[in-house]
Amino acid sequence: MNQPRTLYEKIWDAHVVEQRPDGTALIFIDRHLVHEVTSPQAFAGLRSNGRTVRRPDLTLAVPDHNLPTTARKDAAGNKLPITDSESAAQLAALEKNAPEFGIRYIDAFAPEQGIVHVVGPEQGFSLPGTTIVCGDSHTACHGGIGALAFGIGTSEVEHVLATQTLLLQPAKTMEVRVEGEVGPGVSAKDIILHITGTIGAAGGTGHVIEYTGSAIRALSVEGRLTVSNMAIEGGARAGLIAPDETTFAYLKGRPYAPKGADWDAAVAYWKSIATDPGATYDKTVIIDAADIAPSVTWGTSPEDVVPITGTVPDPASFADPSKQAAAEKSLAYMGLTPGTPMSEVPVENIFIGSCTNSRIEDLRAAAAVIKGRHKADNVKWAIVVPGSGLVKAQAEAEGLDRIFTDAGLEWREPGCSACLAMNPDKVPAGERCASTSNRNFVGRQGPGARTHLVSPAMAAAAAVTGKLTDVRELMA
Amino acid sequence: MTPIEKVEGRAIPLGLKNVDTDVIIPAHWLKTVSREGMGKGAFESLRADPDNLFDSAEYKGAPILIAGDNFGCGSSREHAAWALGDLGIRVVIAPSYSDIFSGNAVKNGILPVVLPQSAIDRLMEVAKTDPVHVDLDTQTVTTPFQDRFAFEIDPFRKMCLLGGLDEISLTEKSDAAIGAYEAKIAKTQSWLQPATIES
Repeated sequence: MNQPRTLYEKIWDAHVVEQRPDGTALIFIDRHLVHEVTSPQAFAGLRSNGRTVRRPDLTLAVPDHNLPTTARKDAAGNKLPITDSESAAQLAALEKNAPEFGIRYIDAFAPEQGIVHVVGPEQGFSLPGTTIVCGDSHTACHGGIGALAFGIGTSEVEHVLATQTLLLQPAKTMEVRVEGEVGPGVSAKDIILHITGTIGAAGGTGHVIEYTGSAIRALSVEGRLTVSNMAIEGGARAGLIAPDETTFAYLKGRPYAPKGADWDAAVAYWKSIATDPGATYDKTVIIDAADIAPSVTWGTSPEDVVPITGTVPDPASFADPSKQAAAEKSLAYMGLTPGTPMSEVPVENIFIGSCTNSRIEDLRAAAAVIKGRHKADNVKWAIVVPGSGLVKAQAEAEGLDRIFTDAGLEWREPGCSACLAMNPDKVPAGERCASTSNRNFVGRQGPGARTHLVSPAMAAAAAVTGKLTDVRELMA
Repeated sequence: MTPIEKVEGRAIPLGLKNVDTDVIIPAHWLKTVSREGMGKGAFESLRADPDNLFDSAEYKGAPILIAGDNFGCGSSREHAAWALGDLGIRVVIAPSYSDIFSGNAVKNGILPVVLPQSAIDRLMEVAKTDPVHVDLDTQTVTTPFQDRFAFEIDPFRKMCLLGGLDEISLTEKSDAAIGAYEAKIAKTQSWLQPATIES
């Protein structure tokens, strides 16, 4: 009888090309996703060393970070130019590099274009049991379908392009088990915010986190992608959720997913990779789903999480002196006073989008709250950015776009947008944003911008009231 | 990549924990197709303060940076390592790093030294007035006051840093093993090949 293994260990073992005596292993990479920001220097490196892409067939490129989310074509259907010359140059580099190196490329005008982490699962390019990398830390997202997926730097992008492998040290394993049922108004985003607040921003460093338990099993694939997406915010390079019937139903029939006999073989394999009974993790954290409230961040680290019913914490309340100092800095940056109820914090900007929360289920959740209501007068800027052209089309078919625009929100084209403000979508200095993205870092949404991370339903509630709001108060 | 063995000089006593890569290099500096010149944008929000450490007469061009827990967390952007290198930093000393950042640092000839918080506290004190000496070969950090802190580093990373080695060339020596793995997968797990789609 073999030693019981975790999901992570099974995927790792299946991808070892060469085991090295020092404990590292050369690991085969099944899927490589490429976007315009972290790839130009890698392609330049290949070119200057006379190297080619070893497996262009396992590589998929799509632009997302720099693209403006305003209309990409004029009324007559002509393509509009990108006015920011640096963004334009980076986008042009990918458009040139992809065909030159024989890589499949989804261009900015294709209906399939979108955020790389939305596109991968949506196209069936990302599959359970595979290794997936991308020059982007939110590659952790694809762990939601049971892939070992993690972000890499540009040197590693070049390494994967050239060799289809990475030399890696095995990670430690961590289980985060969420048992029970979440209450009304509590979404996948609240689960992962609560987890991040519990384990801390470095809680998963050196580990791969497997999310288990009945509250995780009950999530849709969209919700699982949201949870795994933010594994990196807890310091883990990758998250994992065991693939099951929900995953298979989501993937079946997607363009790059296996077909016919290959599909059957794949499903049989995927069923075999779940963590064995008796397998152990290096660390386990158990969370009661009933303890999770609609959540919101107050500071500038994603671990700075409180329930919406809570108050801005007093820095003196933290035991760790370095956390006290960090909290003081955060509160000064955020312009918040200890003791203020979170539900009294006004917001001027709303961002619904990002690889964390821009899928159809996210837009439905936001629309359900917004429907029949209007954004508050103090909300100056409120945008909804679907994760892909296909999500956008689906939302429009369901009439969600009209619900948002009737409420005074803007309906945009797909991309990363105000999550990291590389494109023109920025939050002005000193203003607050209720944002469905993943990072509340200093300057993340624009220099001086103050970010409060929330779920799509909570962002919609904030849009309606003009302040951070417990969405449960708006639910019928 | 430039090999690294011994680094001696002033150490910037930053000390903050959870320094994320957005702080090290904000996203708007990422709109480039080159690796060069990123030092200008390094720590932009901190350097907006005219009294910041990085631009002070004392620490400008210092080769060592001392930070708190979880340095380099957040975005995978290797631009953070390029920006540190362009600022002249060859060594970071912190209690812990994000996994992605420490890998990126090593690939750019920057040594991420891990030391416990007590050692960091002492080095922060020394760094106010005196230089710090880092020796990768002997894996030690020393000060003019007889402090001596030993650190651990993965042997492969140490070899790459000492030799200034290019990892791709090393992996290319395993070409036959990669080919054999690909052939095995093609035979036993054909579903791993992305389905062809009609365009």
